[in-house]
Amino acid sequence: MATETATQAADLAATKRKELTRSVIQLAGMLPVLVLICVLFAVLTPNFLTENNIVNVVRQASINMVLAAGMTFVILTGGIDLAVGSVLGFTAVIAVVVSLIPGLDWAAVPAALLAGLVVGVLTGMMVAYIGLPPFIVTLGTYTAIRGAAYLAAGGTTVINSKIGFAWIGNGYVGPVPWLVVIALLTIAVSAFILHGTVLGVHVYAVGGNPQAARLTGIPVSLVLIFVYGVSGLLSGLGGAMSASRLYSAQGQLGIGYELDAIAAVILGGTSFSGGIGTVFGTLIGALIIAVLNNGLTLMNVSFYWQLVIKGAVIILAVTLDKLRTRGQAV
Amino acid sequence: MSLSTKAGPSSEQPILEVRGISKSFPGVRALKKVDLRIWSGEVHALMGENGAGKSTLMKILSGAYRPDSGEILLNGEPVQFRTPYDARSAGVAIIYQELTVAPNLTVSGNVFLGSELKRFGFLKDAVAMDRKTQEVLHRLGARFKASDRASHLAVAEQQQVEIARALFYKSRVLVMDEPTAALSNRETDRLFEIVRQLRAEGLAIIYISHRMAEVYELADRLSVLRDGEYVGELTRAEFSADKVIEMMVGRRLEEFYERAKHTAGPVVLDVKNMDDGKRVKHASFQLRAGEVVGLAGLVGAGRTELARLIFGADKRKSGEVYLNGRKLRINRPQTAIRAGIGYVPEDRKLQGVFLQMSSAANITMNILGRCAAGGILNFGKLQERAKAEVEALHVRTASLASQAGGLSGGNQQKLLLARWLEINPKVLMLDEPTRGVDVGAKAEIYGLIQRLVEKGMAVLFISSELPEIVGVCDRVLVMREGEITGELGGETGIEITQQNIMKFATDVARSGLTNGN
Repeated sequence: MATETATQAADLAATKRKELTRSVIQLAGMLPVLVLICVLFAVLTPNFLTENNIVNVVRQASINMVLAAGMTFVILTGGIDLAVGSVLGFTAVIAVVVSLIPGLDWAAVPAALLAGLVVGVLTGMMVAYIGLPPFIVTLGTYTAIRGAAYLAAGGTTVINSKIGFAWIGNGYVGPVPWLVVIALLTIAVSAFILHGTVLGVHVYAVGGNPQAARLTGIPVSLVLIFVYGVSGLLSGLGGAMSASRLYSAQGQLGIGYELDAIAAVILGGTSFSGGIGTVFGTLIGALIIAVLNNGLTLMNVSFYWQLVIKGAVIILAVTLDKLRTRGQAV
Repeated sequence: MSLSTKAGPSSEQPILEVRGISKSFPGVRALKKVDLRIWSGEVHALMGENGAGKSTLMKILSGAYRPDSGEILLNGEPVQFRTPYDARSAGVAIIYQELTVAPNLTVSGNVFLGSELKRFGFLKDAVAMDRKTQEVLHRLGARFKASDRASHLAVAEQQQVEIARALFYKSRVLVMDEPTAALSNRETDRLFEIVRQLRAEGLAIIYISHRMAEVYELADRLSVLRDGEYVGELTRAEFSADKVIEMMVGRRLEEFYERAKHTAGPVVLDVKNMDDGKRVKHASFQLRAGEVVGLAGLVGAGRTELARLIFGADKRKSGEVYLNGRKLRINRPQTAIRAGIGYVPEDRKLQGVFLQMSSAANITMNILGRCAAGGILNFGKLQERAKAEVEALHVRTASLASQAGGLSGGNQQKLLLARWLEINPKVLMLDEPTRGVDVGAKAEIYGLIQRLVEKGMAVLFISSELPEIVGVCDRVLVMREGEITGELGGETGIEITQQNIMKFATDVARSGLTNGN
């Protein structure tokens, strides 16, 4: 009997060790891949590892980080938001249009955020109360909001060369662009909500097991409205960031951005079926995409080949992730 | 321990022999040098607690896993199953607890799935498939037709489809995993007839079950696994409950149902005229503080549906719920929980446990608000509560951070119970709380229920296992076809016995008990 309890304790200790390694691996996630790619480019092109270029890469990643942070919330509940690119375009146009109204230019950013939030909340309500599949609902908003963006811009490019919030897109905090600061703050706040609050636990619970969540008294509908609201709001923030950087906006701004956002989330190890993932992983995912874009451009790889390589890396990285985590469910 | 490990009929060799099979997963040794010998024409029960290694062994037999060492002999010939297809072709068929019937296909479509009969080499020959399937169905005494759509069949009938499929592949060994878990008593009897018939036809049947009564009724021999090791084998003459339990848990269980008579307090829950227009018809009953009331009935009698109506999980047509005399407006689980009603659902994995989340998160899911300030979680407090529950309920988990999905069924159930205990409800409804739970955890759950009731909680105990209802409950309500047809124990003067429950649960009650008998 004594030996039996001893082996049991040893078994338990072994499981504990296993779980510790696993959580370390899980936390690190795609970080090794990011490091590997960086090392590769550093060796292959001399310009990659300059301060200028690194700031450039992170700045290019910033808007995608913001969109992908919102996307992380949605995908954690097992949903998807295809409309983030459209909402970004729409809200960017709104920001510029409002900034052109005399006396109202202070309202440009709030208007963009509010517009994004409203679209997100409405999307969430359709998912939560009517029970429509998120893919379908956001396929609808993806199209409709794109149309709204063209309409709001009157079919042309709206320009404001004296835009009031130019600091967002072009200012610096010391050596760091405001865009990057905003993106990192967004990631930090998202991480805090997901891991430090009741709401965050509810997001994971709804994604992991919606039926159980309901029977445990979690307000599933409100959680869904919240995550789509966050995605909308952050798309609005992305819109304001784009408008500020470009001093302008047009109807086709942000086309295809949803795919980069989704790719960042998936690269970051978030499960498409919900309940598993971190926003830290998403940060790494967004950086991988940005580094690939930047490094390949520095190497003079043609845009077409860049697309091919990017796609292949996404599939390869996720395959690695799958192999790495296989066999855990014992 | 002097356990019999003697060989079976020595005149012939076993149809299936497992020799020294071991299998490890990262951090866990699931099987350690397991031996097993199965003869044609016998029903061989495989018993063991959850986590004892039964499913792993079964997955090795089916070709889903490959063993690290050891060998499998079929008819004396060593075989290697690399894929489930290999095993099936060799004549080893498995019927899983979760049935794998494709709902949109017809019965014959399911039977021939993957090896459809063809005309001219490519056209599906539905007529021939139906005809051949019908022959097998006839042999099984099935009441449905080969051309019926599988989705129209009851669970028991879907199971028969799987058996038919196994027969079609000329299987010589049939492994059945908890085949009666979702069957009513009548369907179980029917299944037993089929199993006996297959045995008579010379099939070897490995019958995995938690239910001792079934094993007694059916098995010729039984083998026990414990912690991945082969403990021993009993022949029919040697069967006894004490012995089997001892082999399974490695120690003698004292009194299995520790039950004290409770003196019921005032009425806590008063359910009036609950009706959903489909599965539940005008159900009314009361629960008193400090009593365990059983809710018995055949599968499909409406027990789960009634509990879900009370809990606000489904829409009701009519009905009122009073808690401590106050009428509740329950339209969703949240309001029921806030009022003090808890519900542990029937399907643990689908409706209860958050498999990817930690044990701690599973336990504290209902008290997040209480352990937070302004929505920001106080992890110290949460950890403390989770730790207290893990210790109190003896949850076997490596750490509080371990994923709930990695725990055994019994430990997952304890997480769920702990979740509800944390908010200390006035009424706790337990829906099949011991299903798929090992013997040790079962006893602990019974003990826990007793302690809760002693503290004044009212417990509604839904179960399909009559011995457990009889063993645990102070009073029993019986449902049949959506109606509460009888009450036993308490002030009724009717003794709580399996026979009396069955009389109410089946039509017999009308002509029997209720007619002044």
